[in-house]
Parts: sequence; C-alpha cells; structure tokens
Amino acid sequence: MSSSSITSLPLRPSLVQRSFGPAGHIWVHLVLCLYAVIALFPIALILINSVKTREAIFDNPMALPTADSFSLIGFHKVLSNTNFLLYFSNSLVVTLASLVLIVLFGAMAGWALSEYKFRGNRVMTLFMAIGIMIPIRLGTVSILQLVVALDLINTRTALILVYTAQGLPLAVMILSEFIRQIPTELKDAARCDGVGEFRIFFQVILPLIRPAIATVAVFTMIPAWNDLWFPLILAPGEQTRTVTLGVQQFIGQYATDWNSVLAALSLAVIPVLILYMLFSRQLIRGLTSGAVK
Amino acid sequence: MKTARFWQIAVFLAPAVLIYSLFSALPLLDTLRLGFYSISDAGVHSFVGLDNYRTILFDSDWSQAFWNAMLNNLKFFCMHMALQNPIGLLLATLFSLKGLRGARTYRTLIFLPTLLSVVIIGFIWQLIISPLWGVGEKLMGLVGLGNYFAPWLGQESTALVTLSLISVWQYVGIPMMLIYAALLAVPDEILEAAHAEGASAMRIFWQIKLPLIWPTLGLVTILTFVANFNAFDLIYSVKGALAGPNYSSDLLGTFFYRTFFGYQAQIGSPTMGAAVATLMFLVILAGVGGYFYLVQRKLTRYAL
Repeated sequence: MSSSSITSLPLRPSLVQRSFGPAGHIWVHLVLCLYAVIALFPIALILINSVKTREAIFDNPMALPTADSFSLIGFHKVLSNTNFLLYFSNSLVVTLASLVLIVLFGAMAGWALSEYKFRGNRVMTLFMAIGIMIPIRLGTVSILQLVVALDLINTRTALILVYTAQGLPLAVMILSEFIRQIPTELKDAARCDGVGEFRIFFQVILPLIRPAIATVAVFTMIPAWNDLWFPLILAPGEQTRTVTLGVQQFIGQYATDWNSVLAALSLAVIPVLILYMLFSRQLIRGLTSGAVK
Repeated sequence: MKTARFWQIAVFLAPAVLIYSLFSALPLLDTLRLGFYSISDAGVHSFVGLDNYRTILFDSDWSQAFWNAMLNNLKFFCMHMALQNPIGLLLATLFSLKGLRGARTYRTLIFLPTLLSVVIIGFIWQLIISPLWGVGEKLMGLVGLGNYFAPWLGQESTALVTLSLISVWQYVGIPMMLIYAALLAVPDEILEAAHAEGASAMRIFWQIKLPLIWPTLGLVTILTFVANFNAFDLIYSVKGALAGPNYSSDLLGTFFYRTFFGYQAQIGSPTMGAAVATLMFLVILAGVGGYFYLVQRKLTRYAL
C-alpha cells in the first residue's frame, strides 16, 4: 500500500467501522440468529413432529404437540419392528473400539516417529501421511475381498479394523506433534533412572496425551459413527447393522409411514444431541486446537 | 531425537503400520492393480491392460455415464466452493469479532448439523421439501415465494443443485471451525496496532486477517475437494444407487458403487469397479498434488 492511503485513513470515518462498532453488533447478532434458525429449524421440525399423530403431522406441521395430537406411535413402531437398541450398541462398540485402537496405536507410532532417529523415519512418516488425504473408500474393492478372505464379512471387527486404518494417519500426525511438545526433561529423567523405553512410553507419555485425545476423537469417531459406505458393504447383516445403516434401511422400507420415519430419524438424532450437549465444549476445543496446529 | 534398538522401534510402529497397510494402503494399491484385469464368470483374473479404461472413457454407454458423473461432481464441488466456504468464512469472521456476546452459543448451535450423519440430514430435508408434506411450500409462502415451490428433488434440472445445497447446509460447520481456529491464531497485537492506526474492521479483515488465513483457506479448499469427489452417502440415501431422476444427481461415488455392485440388468464387476476407483484416485491425486505444489511454491516465495 502506498503511504498516501495510510495517511488518508484516519480522515475517512468509515461507515463500515461504525457498523461493526458496539452498535453494529446488532447486525452481527441478526445474521447469526438468522443462520442459527436455518441450521436448527429442520432438526427441530423433525423432533417436534415425531411425537404427533399422523393427522397432526399433516394438518399442522409447525405446531407443537398438544395433549390431543401427542402420540408415540412412531417410536413404538420403530422399536418393535427393528433392533434399534442393537444398532445403537453396534455403533457404540465400533466407534469406541476404533477410538481406543487409534489412540493407542497412533500414540505408539507417533512416539516412535517423533522420538527416535532411525533409517526410514521420513519415509514412514510420509507413508502414514498419505492416508490423511487419500480416502480409504477408493480401496473398497480390495478391502471387500480381504474381508471376505479373512471371513470377517458381517462382523463388527471388520468395521473396527477399517475405521482404525482410516483414523490412524491423522491420529499419528496429531499425536506425534503433541508428543514432540512434551518436555525432554521428563523422558531424560526417567532414562537416567534406568527406566526402559516401553515403561517410559506407557507410564510417562501415554498418560500425558489425554488432552490430545479429544482432538483425535473428534476426527475419528464422528466419521465412523456417521458412515454409511462401509456398513453397507462390509456389514449389512441385521446383527451387525450400525445406527446409520439401520435408519437408512428402515426408512427405505417404511417410507410411507410418516410416524415411523420421523421417529427413526429422531432416534438417530437424540443420542447425538445429548452427547453434544454434554461434550460440545470439549468437542469444539478439540476441533479448533487440532486445526490450529 | 534418540536412537534406540531396532526391535524397540519396530514394536512401537508395528500395530499402526500393520493395520494401516493391510486395510488402507495395500487395498488401494491392489485396487490400482485390479483395474488392469478382467474377471471371467468362473472367477479367473486375466490381464487386459488398459481395456477397462478404454471402455469407461470411450465406449459410448460407459463414457456418457462416466462424464455425466464427473461433470455433476464438478458442479457439486463448485456449489460448495461458491456457498459452503464463503458462508463458513463469514460466520467464522463474525464469531471472532472482539466482544461479541453469545459467540460460543452461536458456534455450538450452528455446528450441530455438521455432527449428524449425512444420511439423517438427507432424509430430514427430503421430508421438508416433499410436496406431500407441504412444509417447504408453506414456509416459502410465508415469505411470499409460495409460487416458486417445486418438487426439486424429483426434477432432472434441480435435483443435483438441491442435493448440493443440502450438503452445503450440513457441512458449513467444517470450514467455519477451521477458519475460526485460524482467526483465533491471528496475534492480537497486530489487530490492535491496526485498530489504533484507525483501520476499519472491513479493512482489517481484507488486509490483515484474510492474508494471514490464506493457508487455512487453501486447506479448506482441498478438504472440500477430496470430500466432494468421494461423496456417496447423501445421494445414495436420498436418490438411491441410480442417482435419479435419469442419473441427473449421479456422482463418481454412486457411479463407482453401481459399477462395482451392479444395478438392474447390469452385472457388477470388481475389476471395472477398481478401474473407476482408480480414475477417482487420479482425480483426487491431481487435486492434492496441485494443492501441495501451490502451497510449496507460495512458501518458497515467502521465504525469498
């Protein structure tokens, strides 16, 4: 910028500046409120109508349920026609097991790559990093063949292994970055005392990475929980269905039964909603600290 | 960095490297290999060179479907670049304004849809804009646009745009959070100095904040690119594997799925599927490669 424009700045009481000053925050609030409504209204509409009678859903979709129009028939149908609780526990088992494996194995590899000097360190780091950008889905043809060969089709193990492989590259990067910031004195003190490398990792380092787990969890659990692709291809059986696949299949079958459809959607949304209310602060912190890096 | 015994390092690395290699890296390589093969009804693989690619790119039936999916995917990506990322940038900028009350509440509320499964979101919007229910029409009527309502998901001309908008609506939270994190990292001293010099908020945004978050905007672009060229769940749950009407909402992901598993009269083929996956891989690789090339060049320019 030329000097003339800098000197002319204070002389120009900018309109924009005023509109973004304290009073201008009204506009900011207006925009954000409007967008919050756009973001939440569709979800609220589904939740509200899921507890109404069929007539009320169609006659007055925008109204809150009254004593007259209140009905849990949809939930009743979903819970009696599907193993929704089973789907839910499948999703829970798959995502939590993947998370545990990702954090443990990711931290071990992250530690090896950030702590030790060895031939092939850079190559190994790069090899793991490729998985951050290249989606695992592209290998589906061979993954399916492998899962069939290992006789793991229609098992939760198959999903856990695939989601672990999917989550590891980013986890290794985040965790090795985090481990690098742990003060050297801690490790050196332990080494001086003659503590072995494995005990240093498991007793000194592993407990210290807890703050980074939130970040890893956000980036590995949400995609795994929400995924449709791999459950559809690797574990479509009734016994191993996840919530996402279960809801998708149920709605495909009961598309014309509005009570059931709305209830199924609500059942998928409500647990996530509750978890989000409890952990939103950690989640957003994990998300932003992982991104700043 | 310490040196350690080889076996110690190997033990630390082994679990991650094994699982990642076995279920991600090797399947990808094997898929690239399978694209050069053809499989007979008896299950015998035979090497056919570039035949699969020739079929996909030049056989009139296949190539039409492939380029249709590719073009749709490009439109899908453009919609995200034109709407999702600018809206994310706007929201993130507003959140990060100093002294904004309730910023955390807004952030939490607006991020919610991003958290839900795209399958759920697809169904929710399908219901809302369904002419059968009429909520969408009623809402548009409230703002005087009732006459413009149409069964958007059912029309060839609007299905893809509608699905893109649903996806934009859901995923706006990702650029929003990444950009917000980058804006938080802008040092306060710089902003205060600019403010003290009398720079307006707009000017601070365009001339200080924006240049400082370019790397994040680049990251957002490439993440959007990879996610979009890999998209499947939304189209599959709302429109099915056939991505109707008349393939107007077909993306590479749904095309890949149909090729692999078959549909209607067409029998699925793992090797043709692998060839489609390879083409998707090349598209994504080109995007990622281009991104790193630009980032590298930018960095060296700064370093000079």
